Amino acid sequence: MVHQVHLMKVFAPDVARAAKPGQFVIIRIDEQSERIPLTIADYSVEESSVTIIFQEMGKTTKQLATLNAQDTLQDFVGPLGTPSEIEKLGTVVMVGGGVGVAPAYPQAKAYKAAGNKVMTIIGARSENLLILEEEMRAVSDELLVCTDDGTKGHHGFVTDVLQRLLQNGEHVDRVVAIGPPIMMRAVAGVTKPFGIQTIVSLNPIMIDGTGMCGGCRVSVDGKTKFACVDGPEFDAHKVDFNLLMSRLAVYRDEEGISIKKHECTCGGGQ
Amino acid sequence: MAERQPMPLQDPEERRRNFNEVALGYTEEQAVAEAARCLQCKDPKCVQGCPVNIDIPAFIACVAERDFDEAIRTIKLTNALPAVCGRVCPQEVQCEQYCVLAKKGQPIAIGRLERFAADHESTGGVAAPHKVKSTGKKVAVVGSGPAGLTAAADLAKAGHSVTIFESLHEPGGVLTYGIPEFRLPKAIVRQEVDYIKQLGVDIKVDYVIGKIKTLDELRDEFDAVFLGTGAGLPNFMGIEGENLNGVYSANEFLTRVNLMKAFRFPDYDTPIKRGKKVIVVGGGNVAMDAARCALRLGADEVSIVYRRSEDELPARREEVENAKEEGIIFRLLTNPVRILGDDKMNVKSVECIRMELGEPDASGRRRPVSVKGSEHEIEADTVIIAIGTSPNPIIFSGSDGLESTSKGTIVVDDTGMSSLPGVCAGGDVVTGAATVISAMGAGKLAAQTINDHLGKQ
Repeated sequence: MVHQVHLMKVFAPDVARAAKPGQFVIIRIDEQSERIPLTIADYSVEESSVTIIFQEMGKTTKQLATLNAQDTLQDFVGPLGTPSEIEKLGTVVMVGGGVGVAPAYPQAKAYKAAGNKVMTIIGARSENLLILEEEMRAVSDELLVCTDDGTKGHHGFVTDVLQRLLQNGEHVDRVVAIGPPIMMRAVAGVTKPFGIQTIVSLNPIMIDGTGMCGGCRVSVDGKTKFACVDGPEFDAHKVDFNLLMSRLAVYRDEEGISIKKHECTCGGGQ
Repeated sequence: MAERQPMPLQDPEERRRNFNEVALGYTEEQAVAEAARCLQCKDPKCVQGCPVNIDIPAFIACVAERDFDEAIRTIKLTNALPAVCGRVCPQEVQCEQYCVLAKKGQPIAIGRLERFAADHESTGGVAAPHKVKSTGKKVAVVGSGPAGLTAAADLAKAGHSVTIFESLHEPGGVLTYGIPEFRLPKAIVRQEVDYIKQLGVDIKVDYVIGKIKTLDELRDEFDAVFLGTGAGLPNFMGIEGENLNGVYSANEFLTRVNLMKAFRFPDYDTPIKRGKKVIVVGGGNVAMDAARCALRLGADEVSIVYRRSEDELPARREEVENAKEEGIIFRLLTNPVRILGDDKMNVKSVECIRMELGEPDASGRRRPVSVKGSEHEIEADTVIIAIGTSPNPIIFSGSDGLESTSKGTIVVDDTGMSSLPGVCAGGDVVTGAATVISAMGAGKLAAQTINDHLGKQ
């Protein structure tokens, strides 16, 4: 799609038939692979396909990026998680950051289909990292674009745009934010004083994705929840983002070892 | 009377740092000598102690006569997982407890002989079972753990078309993700699963019932359903600090090690924290497994923290002994109060309190009571919570009218039938976390019930 961001359409009839916005899949590339969660970006019952969009972040996503059309994945499990609660509310603002735009897309589409006014804010570090701009425009009443470096749209963060929108008196019934935890935390900070219901899709470490291990546990309103079954969507104003970010960093050393080994055997990541 | 043949074991110093099987199994000579001790009772009590009712004297007689092929054929008439059962059943409270020799000396080593017969067959290639005439009926089995595999095998033998739905990428349930390689090699689990596939059972992995399809949809497609989904939801203690980095549920820890082979990281991609000072909370087999895995991952010190005393440890005696030999420390009559972390939210210690045993509770066990003022801190960088599991509620999503208890277990009658006609359940999803063999017994009973049910249709 763009630099280090890839789209993959996977033939998975059973998953495509059951998938709903807000849900995710767990994939495993081969016998030695780990299981990683990826949010469903799109699905088509007619094509029996599920679309995933991922960014090269570590060993597994880099390896995934080397696959070609017609290659197969060892495992593709889903749909997992509780679907988004899509209803007619009035005005919904969708905020997508980086590859978080991908899972925001089916939701924007569903909110629109449910009769809402959908305003979408998408952001990336730079213009060449923006994804799904046209797709998002097609399902939104209004699309606002921003980049950290000012190469396209507003020069700054999605939160600046959201803040301005709310300050200008736009009546908003719900904000849905999907992106890096630091962005979702910032969005929660913006909407809180306005008392606007805000939903985030959390991305903790997962193993099975079916509720049997608690590796993905998060704290919501002071209570422990398993993101893979109770979520991944939660009320942003009740999420302990510091805990989430700290738990996401647990395996940083091991991730370094793994990627180094991968690059050695794979010719320096070429 | 001849002495019971001892089981050859890997040396403790050696095995505490590897994942190879601890118990090495009988040689032919040892097996024949042990089998010769059997009195071949006319009214064998041992069989009553076996939840799947293996004809124990018959198979032992075959071993004594060196007809090992016939021995395994005899076992497989009633038990589809002999290599597993011979290794992980608590025989001391089942078949071997009823052996008449136990009254005066040591009972026949039934489990070890079962294991010998199964292993002997696998070295020569497992014989393909006979195909049976199809009944034209379709049965869905949800979950491929011991209950599901046993039910599927019996249903296939009865001529039904059986499909197992498994949510993970490998079949076996707790045999695959829970019990470590050094107690139950995964190659053996795979072999026994292959045997069940040879019976004609179709296994669909990566298939989450409750998500891809609901139970109600399964009931429309199949003539009967067996639910053997286990008790896979980990319980936490609800104490402060349980979400700190370095705190694992035993399920997560063991799944990473056993299913994902994190002990072979980075050859396998799944990482695990190799703690230096590890505390495992709990006293069951799962706690022993987690502690012994942590040791094998290179820990300097691994402690079991358990709130009752040695006599109440729910783990098998043999596993407790093995753990002790390997150097696991037992901090008994001790209970965690809270887990303390450093400024990076990593575990640094566990505050514990000493306990004493008070009056017996409803379960008949003496209730542990904390001793005021006995709080103390134990240094740790990894904490593994192994205080039990509950049934995973995912199965209930989209199934109307499946009756369950407040503990989340499915309610069944004494034939294994649930509140929904044609839907049976068995194993941990009915009893809460129990043993492999009791799950197999429940699978067997449910298969019989489904047979009867389909016969009446």
